Amino acid sequence: MTSQTDNSNLTDESSTQSRSLRSLAWKRLKKDRVGMTSLVIVIFFILLSIVAWASDEQDDELFDDADPLAALLAEAEDNAEQYEIEEEPKLETLLLGSDGRGRDILQKTLKGTSVSVTVALFGSFCAILIGTLLGAISGYFGKWVDDILMWFYSIFTSIPDMLLLLSFAVVFQRGIGTLILIFALTSWTSVYRLMRAEFMKHKSREYVQAADAIGAGGSRKMFLHILPNVSHILLVQFSILTVGLIKSEVVLSFLGFGVDIKQTSWGAMLAEVPSELLQGYWWQMVTVTVFMSILVTAFSLLTDSLRDALDPKVK
Amino acid sequence: MNNPVLSIKNLKVDFRLEDGDHFHALKDVSFEVPENSTVALVGESGSGKSVTSMALMGLLPKTNTIIDAQSRIEFYGQNLLGLPAKQLRSLRGSEIAMIFQEPMSSLNPVFSVGDQIAEVLMEHKSISKKAARQRAIELLTEVGLPNPETRMNAYPHELSGGQQQRVMIAMAIACEPKLLVADEPTTALDVTIQKQILDLLVAMQKKHGMSVLFITHDLGVVAEFADEVVVMRHGVICEQGKIEALFTNPQHSYTKALLNCRPSLTYRPERLAVIDDFLGDKPYEVPAARERGYLHNGNIILDVKKLSTHFQIKNGLFSHTLLKAVDDVSFQLERGKTLGIVGESGSGKSTVGLTLMRLQQSSAGEVYFEGQEILGMSNRAFQPFRRRVQIIFQNPYASLNPRFTVGQIIMEPLMLHAFAETKGQGKVMAEELLNRVGLPKSAFNKYPHEFSGGQRQRIAIARCLTLKPDVLICDESVSALDVSVQAQVLNLLQDLQDEFNLSYLFISHDLSVVKHISDQIMVMQHGKVVEIGDADVLYANPQEQYTRNLINAVPKDPLNGGMLIQ
Repeated sequence: MTSQTDNSNLTDESSTQSRSLRSLAWKRLKKDRVGMTSLVIVIFFILLSIVAWASDEQDDELFDDADPLAALLAEAEDNAEQYEIEEEPKLETLLLGSDGRGRDILQKTLKGTSVSVTVALFGSFCAILIGTLLGAISGYFGKWVDDILMWFYSIFTSIPDMLLLLSFAVVFQRGIGTLILIFALTSWTSVYRLMRAEFMKHKSREYVQAADAIGAGGSRKMFLHILPNVSHILLVQFSILTVGLIKSEVVLSFLGFGVDIKQTSWGAMLAEVPSELLQGYWWQMVTVTVFMSILVTAFSLLTDSLRDALDPKVK
Repeated sequence: MNNPVLSIKNLKVDFRLEDGDHFHALKDVSFEVPENSTVALVGESGSGKSVTSMALMGLLPKTNTIIDAQSRIEFYGQNLLGLPAKQLRSLRGSEIAMIFQEPMSSLNPVFSVGDQIAEVLMEHKSISKKAARQRAIELLTEVGLPNPETRMNAYPHELSGGQQQRVMIAMAIACEPKLLVADEPTTALDVTIQKQILDLLVAMQKKHGMSVLFITHDLGVVAEFADEVVVMRHGVICEQGKIEALFTNPQHSYTKALLNCRPSLTYRPERLAVIDDFLGDKPYEVPAARERGYLHNGNIILDVKKLSTHFQIKNGLFSHTLLKAVDDVSFQLERGKTLGIVGESGSGKSTVGLTLMRLQQSSAGEVYFEGQEILGMSNRAFQPFRRRVQIIFQNPYASLNPRFTVGQIIMEPLMLHAFAETKGQGKVMAEELLNRVGLPKSAFNKYPHEFSGGQRQRIAIARCLTLKPDVLICDESVSALDVSVQAQVLNLLQDLQDEFNLSYLFISHDLSVVKHISDQIMVMQHGKVVEIGDADVLYANPQEQYTRNLINAVPKDPLNGGMLIQ
């Protein structure tokens, strides 16, 4: 509803700050309460995993076969006569209880969170990188370049995802790096399809033709002109992929192809659950599930809000 | 006066904006549509004319629209605004029908047109499917669709734009409505098709005795057939009255401006009138006429010889058909002059421009730029010529990268071609150019979406000027703009031509605009040149039937073609 009569709103030196599309989207997101809450939760989880990485030295201690409570118990036994035991020691020392081997579940979960989140974030980042690069090349250049990449894509997608994941997992050594690599190599395909379509659509848009007319080169048009105009799709894809990869990691680790034996993750923890449940130890499962559902839900809601904020027309 | 079919009283509509503010779209609008007559609602973008029609049809989004409690939209005395949804729905389509601007997007692509017309009939008249289909054939015959029995089963994409609009009209009159709301029904159509559709609407209005509310941005379109005109601006009615009175003796300065902004076929002033000319105290004085035509002094900047551009269209795995978009086209462009290319959609006029810029591969022919052939050159050899031919696209909303600031947009070519050595130098040059095209310095740091259509077209022009081109291709560059803004941009283009001795290739479907700006005119049809000649000669004495048809299809005002000078 802007008036087309010229200059009326521009002649005076405008004091309001000019806003880019991105800052407008941020303004819309800030008004979305669900989106902002989700964003805070997601950021909290990311901070959590960074902190867990930073306090890395506890790692060995945690997975030492010796009972972590041994020292405390010995001390308690020594001093047993001097103290009155007022509370249950388990509650005092371990907030969320321990697993079957006596390791602190809270600490394990934090460690697991950091591994799972890291794997998912870096995995989807790498997948986006591969998908965008190939999609951009394929969509922008078209013709035989597109044909070759499409054949490659078709071959890749004709193999079931899980099979691909498992075969990569078998070939490479177990570990975080491997997981990231596997996820990047298996999940770039959806991004590729999307980016290919977007680049095909945008390369014939007038603003790209205009760039052509002023003599801009191919890579300039691809990455300076078109990419920023499709980046909102990437952002949404990133968060969708991350949610998917968190789940994939759980499945993979549950099957025993996940992180290294000395590390833990949500999937590795859940893998221990069946045997524990037989003995009635439910708390490890509940803790992991609660942590995971909070993050996954927050991430999914954030994705929705992001889409609304970045593309308000499709609400 | 007759009993009014529709009377709108004190209509006030506000929109709730994202940041909580209110935008007053309609401020107290009142007018009537009498029985058996055509009322034209004329206004430019943002005037509130479409909001009026949507309010009338109950199509405004519920969530952020506030309609004042005092407002009334009466249809035969019954207030539509208070009506429950079900009753309103039964009125819509049967008593009040609507035709939209884009026939392609208003027809459902997965149903045949016969089914879509039959559906309307079955919905509102509760007749059998067989009877409905029979009636649909009658209707299609009535709106002049050829072979209605077979066309019944055609899908929308198999029909041309004009035929689609005929189907829309058939759907609209299917239930013999009392009121037909036509929202810019001819804006997306070619000028000859526009004339056919307007004639059809007039015939239907007479035959069925209905009333038509015709919404348009172009005062020229309604001149031939409307009974009354309502002129709107910024949500307020400026003037309303009988069409003759309005054209011969407009009272409001905005109406005067609208009448004068539009280039005419009969008179070519030095500068077109703009709205500001009429808002001041001084009476508007018509500038002297401008002489146009090639000088024939041999100063040819662009010489095109037998240019052809063919496309292969895939219609199967292995088969192709050849589309001759441009076929054997030859013309010359004199330095400092304008060659206008007119033609209907699909005539290949835009492809000529793109081929000259080497944005489209040519199939045959030569193009000499100052005597040097440019189509056969290697990309490297073409590089120095690239900057000298520039293009301004039709849609200023699409041709500016929305993620760049205006400053970045204008400085990009400067930096790419090393016209500016440092960013600071580039900024100074960019600001000079902004000033030259009539934009303030503050525009430098803004984004394209903060500007109106006319302002964006100015930005696009500034970007072209950075490279100091010799030839500027204007591909429908003013077609998407309002009449008043169009006049400003045309004046700007003229000023720039006078100042920099630029040569223009002006591509447009609008004959009066082309006549105004061009020295020589080339008429194209199906990729071929129909006729080429000096502007005044060609209009005064067209040699080919096709040219004559085009010129005759331009809407005339009641004083028969002459522009009204007040």
